[in-house]
Amino acid sequence: MKNIFKIAFRNLKRYKRRTLLTSLLIVLGVVLVIVFSGISSSFKTMMIGTITDSMLGHLQIHKKGYVSSIDNLPLHLNLGDKQIAELTELLDKQDNVEAYTFRIKLGAMLSNYKETTNIRLTAVFPDMENKTSPALADRIFESTKSADKFIEPGELIVPENLATGLNLKTGDDLVLVANNKDGSVNGIGLKIAGVMQGLTGPSGRDGYIHIDDAKALLRIDGNEISESAIRLKNPDDIKQTRARILHELEQFSNEKGKPAFELHTWAQLSPFSTIVTVVDLLIITVKIVLVAIVLISILNVMMMSVFERVSEIGTIAAIGTLPSRILGLFVAEGFLLGLFSTIAGNVVGVLALNLINLANFQFSFGRMENIILKTSIAPGELITVSLIVIAITLVSSFQPALKAAKMQPVDALRHV
Amino acid sequence: MPLITLNNVSRRYETGETTVHALRDVNLQLDAQAFISIVGPSGSGKTTLLNVIGCLDKPTQGAVSVNGTRVDGFDNRDAAQFRGDNVGFIFQNFNLLPVLTVYENVEYPLVMVQNVPENQRKERVMRLLDAVGMADQKDKYPSQVSGGQKQRIAVARALVADPKLVLADEPTANLDSVSAHKVIELMRGMQHELKTTFIFSTHDPKVVREAEIVYTLEDGQITNRETRAGLTN
Repeated sequence: MKNIFKIAFRNLKRYKRRTLLTSLLIVLGVVLVIVFSGISSSFKTMMIGTITDSMLGHLQIHKKGYVSSIDNLPLHLNLGDKQIAELTELLDKQDNVEAYTFRIKLGAMLSNYKETTNIRLTAVFPDMENKTSPALADRIFESTKSADKFIEPGELIVPENLATGLNLKTGDDLVLVANNKDGSVNGIGLKIAGVMQGLTGPSGRDGYIHIDDAKALLRIDGNEISESAIRLKNPDDIKQTRARILHELEQFSNEKGKPAFELHTWAQLSPFSTIVTVVDLLIITVKIVLVAIVLISILNVMMMSVFERVSEIGTIAAIGTLPSRILGLFVAEGFLLGLFSTIAGNVVGVLALNLINLANFQFSFGRMENIILKTSIAPGELITVSLIVIAITLVSSFQPALKAAKMQPVDALRHV
Repeated sequence: MPLITLNNVSRRYETGETTVHALRDVNLQLDAQAFISIVGPSGSGKTTLLNVIGCLDKPTQGAVSVNGTRVDGFDNRDAAQFRGDNVGFIFQNFNLLPVLTVYENVEYPLVMVQNVPENQRKERVMRLLDAVGMADQKDKYPSQVSGGQKQRIAVARALVADPKLVLADEPTANLDSVSAHKVIELMRGMQHELKTTFIFSTHDPKVVREAEIVYTLEDGQITNRETRAGLTN
């Protein structure tokens, strides 16, 4: 085996220019995949993190039918005391649930005594919300409060777009007017405690109030919530956790005997999941391009190699080299070319990602601005890319190698 | 028992609508430890005869035995195995592997064909390189030595696996007369020393004179057999 690789390596060195050009092509392909994967995966992870950590959580539970009417913020589909107790008991015993929170979602009219406009509001328990959405407080500016008390009764955090449109600032007094589920109207006065940075997606432009204020505004007696958002300890296990919770939720049924709850993942609730799918597809496309580059370049170089060395193949076959060993010689040549190119591609690719990080590129996404591009690539991804390249080099060098192995020595020796 | 036996061996090639009869009903028995030359005009079938004996080509009809083994029915793998164990080759164009040094070229059959352990290889390779006068050039590459030297290396490579038979197709055709004479002398000397059977084809009358037995081929048939002592057939 050592000698096969020795001869294969020397044959690669023999055609230096061709080897270098082919290797360069593969290196470029590997770098392209690593840089693209690094950037897009990091972007994806960062965006998913922002959406789940500051807004949606990983999972959400609603009353059955709520999500299909979510744009109307239907108060009659809120969950009551009994269901809240059931959810609390169920969620408390889940191993993979790090935290959960309850929210009331409502629509209201907001007035600064000069102008009036619509506003979507999320009413929260600030301490529970902070544990479930730890990045939410980071989106609030013009506030001096601690994260676990980012909103208190009597306060309102206005969304950035309304603050700009109505020229609102922290400390201003406002009035909220809303219909309760019976249709009657009520209003309360609140003070602005901060401005919430806008985010793309559902609830990305909501204002926040304390849940006690929401109950007062909507004249809710007892407890009522629109949704429960759940944060997982290990988001990678979201599918299994969802299945487990869903299974347990099935035991609860409404008066019609149908499921009382519905459970959705963040991806089912956010349009960003479509972008994630597109990004994943793009990564796969780039990998397919890499496969094509490696396949064609190795196939081409190995076919040339066989064609140029017909007489040599005849010689080693005449001397008594078994066809399997001739096959091995050429496959080893392709393998070494792929291996060295992959190693070089990995090194250059990782260096390129580090250079991108050092450059501190900033970009905007939707209403999110000045996002710093921090790229990284998982070692598993590097290994996957390397294995793909090496596997393709083996596959693509096999056909020319087989051609060499099957050559009749008498014909090969006659070749000039 | 003869080392090589050919019974009614014919080899035809189909080239389009033309059939070329390279060998026609050749019957031949060659004894071991001989230094044999095959002569004849171009296209007479010398190379085909050597190829058939060396298991590089199969006869269209007839039987070929080498060292007591029927070889005409071998598949590629068996033929390669048999050649590796029994036959050494010397080519007109030397056919050394350019990526290997002189030493590694001679060592090649032991490494890649016979899987001889490294400690045994060195002694055998150096003995042969010494015998062909190339020991001091062992680290050079084929491109760094002369044509005559390349053929001496090829002789060493043909003999390193200790074959029963060495086949040389026009081994001196690409050499000047001095180098050609040296190579034939070398082959003759090695044949004496190692008791290996040498069969070579040639056009060169000076080279033919070195052979113990000379077969003449014309139009694919053996038309004459001469020994040093004189005409016998």
